[in-house]
Amino acid sequence: MTGEARPPVTVLIVDDEAPARAILREYLQRIPGVRILAECANGFEAVKAAAEAPPDVVFLDIEMPKLNGFETLELLDPGIAAVFVTAYDAWAVKAFEVSAVDYVLKPYAPERIAAALDRAIERRRSRAMPSAVDIAAAARPEGAWLERIVVRDGSRVHVIPVEKLVAAEAQDDYVGLRSEGKTFLKAQTLASLAASLDPTRFVRVHRSHLIRLDCLERLEAYAKGSHLAILSDGSRVPVSRDGHARLKSLLE
Amino acid sequence: MHPILARPGRLNPYLAACTPLAAILTALLARPGAGIRAYQAIAMAWPLTFAYAFIGLSVWYVCRQFRFRRADALRSLVAHAVAAILTTCIWLGLAAVLAAAWGLWSPFAGLLQLLRPQGLALFSVGILLYVLAAALNYVLLALEAAREAERREANLAILARDAQLAALKAQIRPHFLFNSLNSIAGLASTDPDRAQEMCVRLSDFLRKSMAAGEKSAIPLSEELALSRTYLDVEALRFGDRLTVEEDLDEKGAGCEIPPLLLQPLVENAVRHGIASRVEGGTVRVSVARGGGRLRILIENPFDPDSPSRPGTGIGLRNVRERLAARWGAEALFAAKKLTDRFLVVISVPAERAA
Repeated sequence: MTGEARPPVTVLIVDDEAPARAILREYLQRIPGVRILAECANGFEAVKAAAEAPPDVVFLDIEMPKLNGFETLELLDPGIAAVFVTAYDAWAVKAFEVSAVDYVLKPYAPERIAAALDRAIERRRSRAMPSAVDIAAAARPEGAWLERIVVRDGSRVHVIPVEKLVAAEAQDDYVGLRSEGKTFLKAQTLASLAASLDPTRFVRVHRSHLIRLDCLERLEAYAKGSHLAILSDGSRVPVSRDGHARLKSLLE
Repeated sequence: MHPILARPGRLNPYLAACTPLAAILTALLARPGAGIRAYQAIAMAWPLTFAYAFIGLSVWYVCRQFRFRRADALRSLVAHAVAAILTTCIWLGLAAVLAAAWGLWSPFAGLLQLLRPQGLALFSVGILLYVLAAALNYVLLALEAAREAERREANLAILARDAQLAALKAQIRPHFLFNSLNSIAGLASTDPDRAQEMCVRLSDFLRKSMAAGEKSAIPLSEELALSRTYLDVEALRFGDRLTVEEDLDEKGAGCEIPPLLLQPLVENAVRHGIASRVEGGTVRVSVARGGGRLRILIENPFDPDSPSRPGTGIGLRNVRERLAARWGAEALFAAKKLTDRFLVVISVPAERAA
């Protein structure tokens, strides 16, 4: 790649440690055609920076305050290619391998950064980018469930702890997440959300509805075989025949 | 060497246990109709019994060699039969020599002739004594095997514990090491002086923790110095996000604790506490001694709105186990998560460093 003309590429650096940002900046600046749009010390800053000037590629640390690297990526435009930069994290590395995400282990040589950038650009061009929620799910240790859901609304970020999630509903390519009287939209399938949640606390009661078991007030019979679930916030959710069976097996 | 001869104090009870046998043999020889007088019988039976007592000890070697295991049961039987006959013949030879010797003295004249008809009876007694000796030796062998097994088991338990401790001690977290090296790389061009300083601090920390890991206990002051070196390294990484406060009492700092006990707790305080906060915070370590106990408190703020990081549980469990291994129920350990602070309290018997 040396000497070869590269089409310009814009990058965003996200790491909470100043020396870590410094070395990444230094190596990226050596690569011709690379323009660093911003350096961010946490996920919130990254979401804001990317909303103002979307980069082609984002270099993300994993362990950061407020939002970790996976959550941050979930909040960025899905067209942005990610390269994870981490020190040592057996689970994360396994997740990167299975979901074909580019990653670099700290400390690294400048060539590793250049190679990861090349691959990220290639992936972006071929639109073969894994979804951020899938990466996060793969990085979760076995038996550990999602603790909180991050949602972006413009450049505003909402963090919903799963204990505050009442129900979720599939809406085309989105899920509507109901929490504390409000509904938040997130680009994710209901199936993938359901797979990340503790199955003893959250039940898929319908093809397009999921509820938290604690929020179930009562069940009302509806049309033949189906029911209506009345939830603690007063909302009504349809319960299919299969959903009813799942509910019953959990409640018994 | 035979276990009865190996330890002093064991021979006398063994010989005492042989006296009933000597009495029985005396009665056998002096029985009516044999023509042997009581004093003659005593003069024969007692030396012969105790002679057998010593001969019987050598049966040990036969018993040790042939254990009547399934594979060599027949061989063991044959070996014992041969040994029994041989031993008894030697013993009978001894009896003849003894009788002949006594016979030189007039009160015992003709003793050898008198004994001759008793040959078969004496032979039977010899075989019987052999069986007794063999049984005794097998019991001794079994006891020794049991004791050996017990010792081996105890050794294994100690080895297992040592291995576990070694593993715990070796737990310098790779996450910390790689991050530090990455910081050094980052500082190398932007701030070479600080990069050099970090190399020195990191090496200092590694050296100290390796040295501490080789001991079974170190003064608390040394452990705290190690933690301080660790925090010095992290301070370069986190910049002004990390501050440290220590509240030490001199008496407490002189107490002994297992090495690298506090280190994982201080690491947790940084990794799960300070690093979770955008604005950072202060790690507080306080040590106090009083009422014969040493109390250590480690406190750090954390951001309840930050995602949890994997790995707190293992570190805390290891500390708890190491405390229990050293002090059992005498050690108290509590980890408390308040709304935005994390507290670890340790209370152990105060032990002065030697």
